Amino acid sequence: MPAVSKGDGMRGLAVFISDIRNCKSKEAEIKRINKELANIRSKFKGDKALDGYSKKKYVCKLLFIFLLGHDIDFGHMEAVNLLSSNKYTEKQIGYLFISVLVNSNSELIRLINNAIKNDLSSRNPTFMCLALHCIANVGSREMAEAFAGEIPRILVAGDTMDSVKQSAALCLLRLYKTSPDLVLMGEWTSRVVHLLNDQHMGVVTAAISLITCLSQKNPDEFKTCVSLAVSRLSRIVSSASTDLQDYTYYFVPAPWLSCKLLRLLQCYPPPEDGAVKGRLVECLETILNKAQEPPKSKKVQHSNAKNAILFEAISLIIHYDSEPNLLVRACNQLGQFLQHRETNLRYLALESMCTLASSEFSHEAVKTHIETVINALKTERDVSVRQRAADLLYAMCDRSNAKQIVAEMLSYLETADYSIREEMVLKVAILAEKYAVDYSWYVDTILNLIRIAGDYVSEEVWYRVIQIVINRDDVQGYAAKTVFEALQAPACHENMVKVGGYILGEFGNLIAGDPRSSPLVQFNLLHSKFHLCSVPTRALLLSAYIKFINLFPETKSTIQEVLRSDSQIRNSDVELQQRAVEYLKLSSIASTDVLATVLEEMPPFPERESSILAKLKKKKGPGAVSVNELEEGKREGGELNGGGERGGDSSAIAASNASTPSPSADLLGLRAGPPVTAAAPSAGSLLVDVFSEAGINDDGFLRDLEPTTESSDSLLAEGPGDSDSAPPSVVSEDPTPLPESDELLNKFVCKNNGVLFENQLLQIGIKSEYRQNLGRIYLFYGNKTSVQFVTFTTTVTCPGELQSQLNVQSKPVEPLIEGGAQVQQVINIECLTDFSDAPLLNIKFRYGGALQNLTLKLPVTINKFFQPTEMASHDFFQRWKQLSQPQQEAQKIFKASHAMDTEVLKAKLLGLGMALLENVDPNPENFVCAGVIQSKAQQVGSLLRLEPNAQAQSGEQMYRLTVRSSKDTVSKRLCELLAEQF
Amino acid sequence: MIGGLFIYNHKGEVLISRVYRDDIGRNAVDAFRVNVIHARQQVRSPVTNIARTSFFHIKRSNIWLAAVTKQNVNAAMVFEFLYKMCDVMSAYFGKISEENIKNNFVLIYELLDEILDFGYPQNSETGALKTFITQQGIKGQHQTKEEQSQITSQVTGQIGWRREGIKYRRNELFLDVLESVNLLMSPQGQVLSAHVSGRVVMKSYLSGMPECKFGMNDKIVIDKQGKGGTTDDPGKSELGGSGKQSIAIDDCTFHQCVRLSKFDSERSISFIPPDGEYELMRYRTTKDIILPFRVIPLVREVGRTKLEVKVVIKSNFKPSLLAQKIEVRIPTPLNTSGVQVICMKGKAKYKASENAIVWKIKRMAGMKESQISAEIELLPTNDKKKWARPPISMNFEVPFAPSGLKVRYLKVFESKLNYSDHDVIKWVRYIGRSGIYETRC
Repeated sequence: MPAVSKGDGMRGLAVFISDIRNCKSKEAEIKRINKELANIRSKFKGDKALDGYSKKKYVCKLLFIFLLGHDIDFGHMEAVNLLSSNKYTEKQIGYLFISVLVNSNSELIRLINNAIKNDLSSRNPTFMCLALHCIANVGSREMAEAFAGEIPRILVAGDTMDSVKQSAALCLLRLYKTSPDLVLMGEWTSRVVHLLNDQHMGVVTAAISLITCLSQKNPDEFKTCVSLAVSRLSRIVSSASTDLQDYTYYFVPAPWLSCKLLRLLQCYPPPEDGAVKGRLVECLETILNKAQEPPKSKKVQHSNAKNAILFEAISLIIHYDSEPNLLVRACNQLGQFLQHRETNLRYLALESMCTLASSEFSHEAVKTHIETVINALKTERDVSVRQRAADLLYAMCDRSNAKQIVAEMLSYLETADYSIREEMVLKVAILAEKYAVDYSWYVDTILNLIRIAGDYVSEEVWYRVIQIVINRDDVQGYAAKTVFEALQAPACHENMVKVGGYILGEFGNLIAGDPRSSPLVQFNLLHSKFHLCSVPTRALLLSAYIKFINLFPETKSTIQEVLRSDSQIRNSDVELQQRAVEYLKLSSIASTDVLATVLEEMPPFPERESSILAKLKKKKGPGAVSVNELEEGKREGGELNGGGERGGDSSAIAASNASTPSPSADLLGLRAGPPVTAAAPSAGSLLVDVFSEAGINDDGFLRDLEPTTESSDSLLAEGPGDSDSAPPSVVSEDPTPLPESDELLNKFVCKNNGVLFENQLLQIGIKSEYRQNLGRIYLFYGNKTSVQFVTFTTTVTCPGELQSQLNVQSKPVEPLIEGGAQVQQVINIECLTDFSDAPLLNIKFRYGGALQNLTLKLPVTINKFFQPTEMASHDFFQRWKQLSQPQQEAQKIFKASHAMDTEVLKAKLLGLGMALLENVDPNPENFVCAGVIQSKAQQVGSLLRLEPNAQAQSGEQMYRLTVRSSKDTVSKRLCELLAEQF
Repeated sequence: MIGGLFIYNHKGEVLISRVYRDDIGRNAVDAFRVNVIHARQQVRSPVTNIARTSFFHIKRSNIWLAAVTKQNVNAAMVFEFLYKMCDVMSAYFGKISEENIKNNFVLIYELLDEILDFGYPQNSETGALKTFITQQGIKGQHQTKEEQSQITSQVTGQIGWRREGIKYRRNELFLDVLESVNLLMSPQGQVLSAHVSGRVVMKSYLSGMPECKFGMNDKIVIDKQGKGGTTDDPGKSELGGSGKQSIAIDDCTFHQCVRLSKFDSERSISFIPPDGEYELMRYRTTKDIILPFRVIPLVREVGRTKLEVKVVIKSNFKPSLLAQKIEVRIPTPLNTSGVQVICMKGKAKYKASENAIVWKIKRMAGMKESQISAEIELLPTNDKKKWARPPISMNFEVPFAPSGLKVRYLKVFESKLNYSDHDVIKWVRYIGRSGIYETRC
């Protein structure tokens, strides 16, 4: 580039700048600027044309004033004029002004684009570079529209100068990043890839950035770059340090280019071609070898460059994960770095090892460094390095060293830095659960955790302990004992009280035999903590007390006394007061039988993803080591904790809300009683408790909020047309429901409330109630993002003949949902006659500008309108026989998809809406039900018989389901619906 | 109460820092600098709350004075103190500037020790302070025990603002009525808001401990006297009232020497004055204000690139009086590229650095009018923003009180010494200045 000659320096500008610098106060500066602006205005206004030099000078001054923070609203035209100058400096200032100051102003943009076009076609390399830099600096969509087609041509043209090619490649990269849809490589692809063969190293370096970015989007099109990259890399790696002259940096040949090449290769799987692969492995080996050589220079730049290549090579090795030999070598190399003087190197080594630990080939090799890592965790001065060490420990943990690692982490926790404590706690909790061979160890560990770092133990951790203790019979007694002992400490953390309250409330009876932990002692111990706790914990303790009344009748009077005291029954907190009043009444009115049923032991929790894991994932950042690995662990843990799907609650209280509040429950706020809007304070959802709703159920809703594990899989909302499973009866312009919607529908056959749908953006909760032929559905739309949804509209349509069968009215919903907020919609349904299809719910909204459109099936099925009918055995069989015409009966034999659990089956049949008739069928294994479907036009009586066969001849569990009803379509539909449920 | 007091230069460097209470830490100094002096946006509020600490600041040319407190103090008291502090400092070393403050920092710390005690304001009367805080270094050797005890008794006595045994050959006093008139007027000549804030400043050179009584044409007093029909009225005031008889004062405050109990009961202003110059009272009126000038603006936009402005000013007072230092400031749009001005009287100039045309007239008699016309050329801009048309402002000085206040009498009684009211030479002067005197255009 031509240097600015001495005569070109702008004296006026220099004087102006020094004036500004010399200003004593802000006011003086503003005055000086106003004066200068007026001067420039009068100069620009002047009728005689300015010469290029003064124009440049004034534009420069304007630019300076703008950069000082003042508004500039003129001078654009002059700047654009500068673009057409033939002098480099004038053109440069013009472009500078344009890139800094011009926004998408329609009239000027045209002129600017014209000037840029002229420069691009000028054949003068410096002008071309200036134009390309301007395009890249502005990088707007308009620029992309105007030049996206032109630049690739310049990039690959044979006669383009090297420096221009460099600029063109980087400019194109920038445009691609801002508006990828406008940059279409198409025909240029192969020629761009061949830039990797260019003579000029600078061009290769620039091109490789572009190719890396492009190949991340369309890996297939750029596949050919792999072999080229490998050969290029091998040429560099094998070259002597003096070969590349300008591109040798402190004796390292082309370090930046090597790093970029290695990074490009990380976009692709290992090359299939053996020769290429061999060459690549050779390269990687050479790099690893070079790391062992004594340094050629003591300068830090030399080692930095060398290590940069080495670390990129190691990440490539980890990415390929197929060369055990290389992996182990990399691991050893990193092991050396672990003890290096340089803190940065130790950090990087720990970070890379984290990923190495997840590879099966190198896991063992990584494990050999455990002592060093533990040492790093304890002695490292920099907290970020300690954090990496903790991550690595977490990653290298397996069954063999779990005890050691967990113990080390626990002991470190006492002195750990506050910023990483919570994460450490989560990690300890997960490891303890994942590799727990013996559950008493697990319980000990977690209780220790709460003792050491109670403040940092998040809710999820202690929920998880409870879940596991409840699901594992063998550990319950031990847990109760340990908890009891832990509670005896004079000061214990509130979380400990929570766990203690819950576990003693459930399993206190297991240790009541010992006189040292007699019921009364247990109660007094818990109650001694009561006054030190926050409201949610107190609420939990109250529930524990009522459980005590059930477990130990002898404590009844003491507990009633406590409940009756003014500090409970007249507590200013409404939740506590309500519990006290209701528990007191419950304990004094209900008979022991009723009490025993109501306060039955909690049913096992349905198996689901550990909530702690979800929490750790949410924390993200560097803590989220390879997710795959965690998933694996989770599965492993799942098996250990025994259980498959054991959904449904067998307890007699329909409302017993046995779940820990998953985030979805909070979002929905369904537990908080009457339909709430997002703003309503939902005290209930904060309280994790066995019977949050027991006995409080006064509004007749079935409050069965089944935490839906399935829905936590995020289903991306897809536009219509993506799905090809359109229901046959849909009118053509009707939106097509999601492919999953049928499945979602089936979920709600036997229940009325829950999460209907969930993806990354939106969660839809549903709550419904039915009486006779009328139904009402409350839909809760929760915005899971922090950005508001606009133009949120929902429509409910009845496709095809359903229009005449169902009468659906929906109230309009708020068009705006704030981030994190929830809105409610009420839909009223009247059943005119029996039906088989489900109404469609179409939801449209804009999220960050993009239109989201999704269609679901509303879970309205014919069985919702059942009215249960009780009848005696005699009546039942009489009616059964009356409905003996072949078309009135529908029968299906199918395999069980879930375990045959009598209680679960009963709950499902009850959820169906029919009356479950006991002692009717001669075979006690069988279930029979009766009910009447209420529709406006008619009533359809239906009878059902379900015969489980636990040992069918094939060894599989089978069911035979028979439905008889007075209308043939009803029988068929019921049979279809029910067959999916068991 | 005030926890500390800081003085900064325009760069935010601390010149004086005096902390009175422990709740104010060192970091308060920086907090103010960062959040107020170096704030990205200019801080216009005089009170700033930073981290539960309140900063009260005033600015004198390039110097910032900030009082800091963590308590809920009377903000008016704090500002009154800060202004008083400025008065004291300028009485000691003249203009408040960075250089003066640096040169006198020992003195300033001494003063701060005296006028604020544990954050409570003390005697800040310059006359009294000057008796024991001097710039001449330690005077201890020359001061006799008697003198020292005299100072002590004066400072701690009932009349802390005047010492005993003052003697003058000529008993003389000067009374200045200084007013500033503020106005906002619509282009059609409708008064949108107007008020006068005035001060009565007295310079007294009287012997002994004279008892003074001050009378003016306050409406309440005149009405009362009219009703009572008292005859011991000292007759017409020396200057003789013309036009309206009395004015309604909205509110007023007095120097501490005035006996407030007497003012409350009889509405008479009686006092023993301090020696030298001081401010006797401050007042504010909003009714029946004589507006000395009327500004009639005429702005015409000719196309996008030209603006024609014509401004007429009319003086509205007795033809015998002369207004001085008249300055009219006509704002110009931000994209002005050239200005041509024609005026019949005075001098007019376009000042680019202030974005305004400044028209200056040295003198102008009452009941006259004068005009200026200007052509402003504009540069077309990309911005669609319209020019905000700031108001035309004006500065002037007139030799009468725009509020209509008249001094009716000032009587001096000194029973111990042998001089009477008639022996005192009294001078009265009225000066009306413009405050914010604006007309929209």
